[in-house]
Amino acid sequence: MDLDNLVIQFKNKDVKAFEKLYNMYRDSMHGVIYNIVRDHAIAEEVMQDVFVKAWHKSDSYDVKKGRFFTWLINIARNAAIDKTRSKSFKNEGKNLNSDYFVDIIQSQDSLDDSTDAIGIKKFVDKLAKKCIEVIELLYFKGFTQKEASEELNMPIGTIKTRNRNCIKELREAVL
Amino acid sequence: MNINDYINSGILELYVAGQLSETESKEVYDLMLKHPELLKEVLEIEAAIVKLTASVAPKKDIQFNTIKGRLDNSPTDGKVISLNRPKTKWINYSGWAAAVVLAGGLIWTINQKSELENQIQTVSTEKDFLEIQMETSKSDLAETKNLLNIIRDKSIINIPLEGQAAAPGAYATVYWDKKEDTVYLDLKGLPEPPEGKVYQVWSLTLNPLTPTNLGTIDDFIQDDNKIFKLENANQSQAFGITLEPAGGSESPTLEQLYTLGALASL
Repeated sequence: MDLDNLVIQFKNKDVKAFEKLYNMYRDSMHGVIYNIVRDHAIAEEVMQDVFVKAWHKSDSYDVKKGRFFTWLINIARNAAIDKTRSKSFKNEGKNLNSDYFVDIIQSQDSLDDSTDAIGIKKFVDKLAKKCIEVIELLYFKGFTQKEASEELNMPIGTIKTRNRNCIKELREAVL
Repeated sequence: MNINDYINSGILELYVAGQLSETESKEVYDLMLKHPELLKEVLEIEAAIVKLTASVAPKKDIQFNTIKGRLDNSPTDGKVISLNRPKTKWINYSGWAAAVVLAGGLIWTINQKSELENQIQTVSTEKDFLEIQMETSKSDLAETKNLLNIIRDKSIINIPLEGQAAAPGAYATVYWDKKEDTVYLDLKGLPEPPEGKVYQVWSLTLNPLTPTNLGTIDDFIQDDNKIFKLENANQSQAFGITLEPAGGSESPTLEQLYTLGALASL
């Protein structure tokens, strides 16, 4: 896996490398954004904006400071949250319920029967509520450990170990 | 540090989530370089999160092409807000004027520099060329002097070869240095051999007539002064030159005998 090389080429403004990264992370970003904005058209638009933005500020990514994926998902979350705070968004009267990402997965009518999808569905079905909450907050919403611990009324240390165990189960289900 | 404990602490999951401070992230990065198992762990965590988040995405194939066109331009998000306040105009103008003068000066200097560099290049090439010429002349002169010494040496036997039926106008001279077992052939009087043919030199003893091959002249056309050197340890009584197919022959083709000459003492 030459992910590192792709990222280096991306920093050198190589469109081909960026296209590969786009194809790798497009759905992931789309999912994170959709989970926040809960609107198909807006999610699509924000997702595209996020990649354009990532391209233009590729200089600001530093491999030593974290994963490319982490950097990208941060841009995506912020762009989506910004969108929900924008005037146009509020004017459309969107009301964001407090549903978790699992509800989206469970209600995906078009969920295909690929192994990934089956694995994820299984994982989600048997997932403890605490796992869902932790993953939702840490990965989908970008809460800090401290914020998550307050939100879930749980010590920080517990968040850390619980998260580790939850991700372990996820890996068993999808990898 | 125990790597397994480190992995089990859950810090890598937080690393992928972007929950670590800059210093902590840098630490994880450094450790990953040293311990490939950490990198593998991180890649798996990342892959799992990518799959999970992707499963939430609306199923729609949005091609890269839809954003490709927006990559060439400067950032489109956010308007460019001009920070310029109208200032005193002459400052602007004189600033621009100074910039133009400076740029002009710079361009002129660069031009001058590259012109001078070209001149240096030309002169240096000429110098190289002259040096080569001088070297060639020197070695030509040395060679000529050497030949002259050989011809003047009284111990060297001088044998003129006369043109024969195949080439009545041809002539050649053999200078035989018996002490060194060497013959020098002056072949200035031979025509250029046709394509695919070479001159072959023979040492002869006369009673009975026995030819011995001394060698072929393979570089006749390329050689300028047409003086060639061959080994000859034979008790030669005469020398002959024939035209032979390239590579030479076992025995001389007598119909193609160009020149022949015997030692004067015989």
